[in-house]
Amino acid sequence: MSTQSLIPTVEVQDDFRARAHKALGDQQLRNNFRSAMDSLMTKRAVAFSDAHEREHLRALGNAIRARALSKLPDLLEQLEQNLTRNGVKVHWAETVDEANGIVLSIIRAHEARQVIKGKSMVSEEMEMNHVLAEQGIECLESDMGEFIVQLDHEKPSHIIMPAIHKNAGQVASLFHDKLGVEYTKDVDQLIQIGRRVLREKFFEADVGVSGVNFAVAETGTLLLVENEGNGRMSTTVPPVHIAVTGIEKVVENLRDVVPLLSLLTRSALGQPITTYVNMISGPRKAEELDGPQEVHLVLLDNGRSQAFADSELRQTLNCIRCGACMNHCPVYTRIGGHTYGEVYPGPIGKIITPHMVGLAKVPDHPSASSLCGACGEVCPVKIPIPALLRRLREENVKAPDSPHQVMRGQGSKYSRKERMIWNVWTRLNTSPRLYRLFGFFATRLRQLVPSNVGPWTQNHSAPKPAARSLHELAREHLAKQDKH
Amino acid sequence: MSAKQNILAKLRKSLTGTTPLADNFDEALVTEPWRYAPEQRIAQLRKLMEAVHTEIHLTTAADWPQRVAQLMRERQLPSLLIAPATAHGQQLTAYWQQCGDLPPLKAYDRPVEDWKAELFNDTPASLTGTLGAIAATGSLIVWPTPQEPRLMSLVPPVHFALLNASEIHDNFYEVQQKFSWAAGMPTNALLISGPSKTADIEQVLAYGAHGPKDLVVLILEDR
Amino acid sequence: MSDLFYNAVPNATRVAPPLPQPREYPQRKPAQVYLFGTCVLDLFYPEAGMDAIHLLEREGIRVEYPQGQSCCGQPAYTSGYTEQAREVARAQLALFAGDYPVVVPSGSCAGMIREHYADLFHDEPETLKQVQALAARTYELAEFLLHVCKVQLQDHGNPVKVALHTSCSARREMNTHVHGRALLSQLGNVERVEHDHESECCGFGGTFSVRMPDISGAMVADKTRALKDSGAHQVVSADCGCLMNINGALEKQREALRGQHLASFLWQRTGGGQ
Repeated sequence: MSTQSLIPTVEVQDDFRARAHKALGDQQLRNNFRSAMDSLMTKRAVAFSDAHEREHLRALGNAIRARALSKLPDLLEQLEQNLTRNGVKVHWAETVDEANGIVLSIIRAHEARQVIKGKSMVSEEMEMNHVLAEQGIECLESDMGEFIVQLDHEKPSHIIMPAIHKNAGQVASLFHDKLGVEYTKDVDQLIQIGRRVLREKFFEADVGVSGVNFAVAETGTLLLVENEGNGRMSTTVPPVHIAVTGIEKVVENLRDVVPLLSLLTRSALGQPITTYVNMISGPRKAEELDGPQEVHLVLLDNGRSQAFADSELRQTLNCIRCGACMNHCPVYTRIGGHTYGEVYPGPIGKIITPHMVGLAKVPDHPSASSLCGACGEVCPVKIPIPALLRRLREENVKAPDSPHQVMRGQGSKYSRKERMIWNVWTRLNTSPRLYRLFGFFATRLRQLVPSNVGPWTQNHSAPKPAARSLHELAREHLAKQDKH
Repeated sequence: MSAKQNILAKLRKSLTGTTPLADNFDEALVTEPWRYAPEQRIAQLRKLMEAVHTEIHLTTAADWPQRVAQLMRERQLPSLLIAPATAHGQQLTAYWQQCGDLPPLKAYDRPVEDWKAELFNDTPASLTGTLGAIAATGSLIVWPTPQEPRLMSLVPPVHFALLNASEIHDNFYEVQQKFSWAAGMPTNALLISGPSKTADIEQVLAYGAHGPKDLVVLILEDR
Repeated sequence: MSDLFYNAVPNATRVAPPLPQPREYPQRKPAQVYLFGTCVLDLFYPEAGMDAIHLLEREGIRVEYPQGQSCCGQPAYTSGYTEQAREVARAQLALFAGDYPVVVPSGSCAGMIREHYADLFHDEPETLKQVQALAARTYELAEFLLHVCKVQLQDHGNPVKVALHTSCSARREMNTHVHGRALLSQLGNVERVEHDHESECCGFGGTFSVRMPDISGAMVADKTRALKDSGAHQVVSADCGCLMNINGALEKQREALRGQHLASFLWQRTGGGQ
């Protein structure tokens, strides 16, 4: 496998709505997502069979994350101190460019050519594979799902199950084409093919990259959860380990991890725990026989401090990346992860992406929700996702000259015309006389409703008002009642 | 200003006038639903670990080397990696010498760099101890040491793990408290809850993704 | 109501509100209630509003329908036009000033008043008190019939299979599915059938249905298919937005199946209008 063939050439095309239209017409994709999400929802429900226990644990999870955020700068400093004491080198980056620069300089210092990566959404934010490939450095994904999407020059469509949009047949063709192996749809065999290819890469790699699930300030510990063992391989076999994570991932105490871990694995896949919980507190000591000689941690901001600045939007940073919100989202289930066009899809993606790339780049994200509330209901750390979506809609329609600057790209959906329509609506609904007049004419002229009233009639017959409004009927009826 | 200073300054400005939230950690929530009578612990651990394809054998402090030998024969494993400086490594070595006709033991007694290819390509099985287990989640607690390094429980396709029955604890919180984990963590600490697995293709569960395909736990009932 | 704690220190990191306790209901039913008809019902389902009035009157309750009422403000609120929503909400407040219950025959509108008015007026202390008091005496119709009136319904209709669809936000904020199911279970000849993905959104979502017609359309197509496949003779719902969405789609598909407002269904089944 050449390095060239692995350079991601992902181009996001069209706008959100055009991509959604396309995805909705792809029956294979619809089936793949529906069946996968149904199964994930069932697994979560089984794992949280005791609603009382679940709700109290979610409240604790929320309190732990909120406490960490309420002292975030202090905890980050404490984390750095303890990691440094343990021998880990800590780096800070405001932007993805800075983060990539740090990673590149570490790689160059070791004259490394091959990088093996465990699963890391932050490295996706950084487009690390692409950046390293441009420098002639192979950066290979080792999570089976990530490996599959990387082979196909795609991006993950789900934060926990990156290749969930593909079925076994599609993976079989991909492996056959790209790896030159015999075509097989047998999942066990496909996984063994991946194992063979990647074992070689773990063996050869000069640098291992991973994400972090929780960074514990108290002990200076990086905690990673996974099922495959690729995370352990990436962080143990190569001589250098670079962990990349967002600045929000810190928790205060080691014991805080206990409920968060339970919430994470049960919400994500319905598992009581993942196969591996890997707690890394430092590089190899002199007397130890394996493990990396160097461990680095890159702490990335990339818009998180913008979300942090507003106490309502700050709740976005409670997220522990379980993916339950997308598993339960009726919109995500139908359009799939790629439609969102960004690193984080689904409900959490809709509320976090605007801080990373600016609202103007993802103007449709906040609107692409019926606000049904399924995401907020299952969020293990109780992020009020529907409320935050609504808030982003508010920021999205703000006048460009608004003195209150909350986020990059705010006001990207501002339209004088639309604002005027809502002002007329307000006038109508705050003036009883006008409202009744409107009701009178709407009912009397109901036959005049055209059969095509824009997007509504794409899916529905034209709405026809009743012959008389409730205002009229009730007035007559109640007047009679009062006479009796 | 450095990136660090910029980030911290922004965060501090956003917290102006606020005080940190109090720590109201309610330990009952992570302990009470996860308590087991002593005689239930093995059954609980077994139920969870077997559900994810872990093989579990009940044996004793005296008999386990014999059981390992038997399991090796059944699987036709050509060799076994051990940690020679550990007590269990020595017990196994003694038993092996006594029997004479068993597959060779390999010792992990030098830095990985000196024998990486052999570890990856020619080490079919390993045996390690554990620090105990957690009944609530079906997890082994493994703290690799200089004597028993971390790759032993990761690279060989078959991993035998010894577990003392008396060291099966109820839940992760209890383990952290009882052994004061927060006071000092090792370079690497692990919870291992089964053989390596993945469901990344169509959510079909497949074992032996990158780590061991088989995890075999020998529970020493009398220890 | 989540914002109330944070007014003193606007920068303070937020904690989720305490776990909700089951709502306590008055021991006795009141002599009089307000009916808040809501805008969609007013113009598109006025008969459901009248049937709600009949059901309440049959319980011996006098119904007041303030003629100045219009909309709860939800469409603007969920579209991000918070100012506009606030002014429309404010216009309703004075109309429901009396200290007796406000009954709302539409789940999501009741939820708007109970859960979101406090957010709208979080920086107006006087108005906030007023909306908190209003929220405390606001009930969704099914909830009010079940828990305050403690109705005992007598079914006079022929055997029928119905599917119940509840608005998602109302179900989550107001437990409307529980109330709706309990009322239907009182009707001896009514068999409630489950439909596939029953708790999933029908795709309405207010302006979502016109902003994202492709996605919304896929959702309502799945919902109507599930309802048809359930074997139900008719659909019942206590939310007018969902009804408009589901019925509009069924009509466009030229299907015979229709949704009816719960108030009308209950009134007709129990001998009303005869």
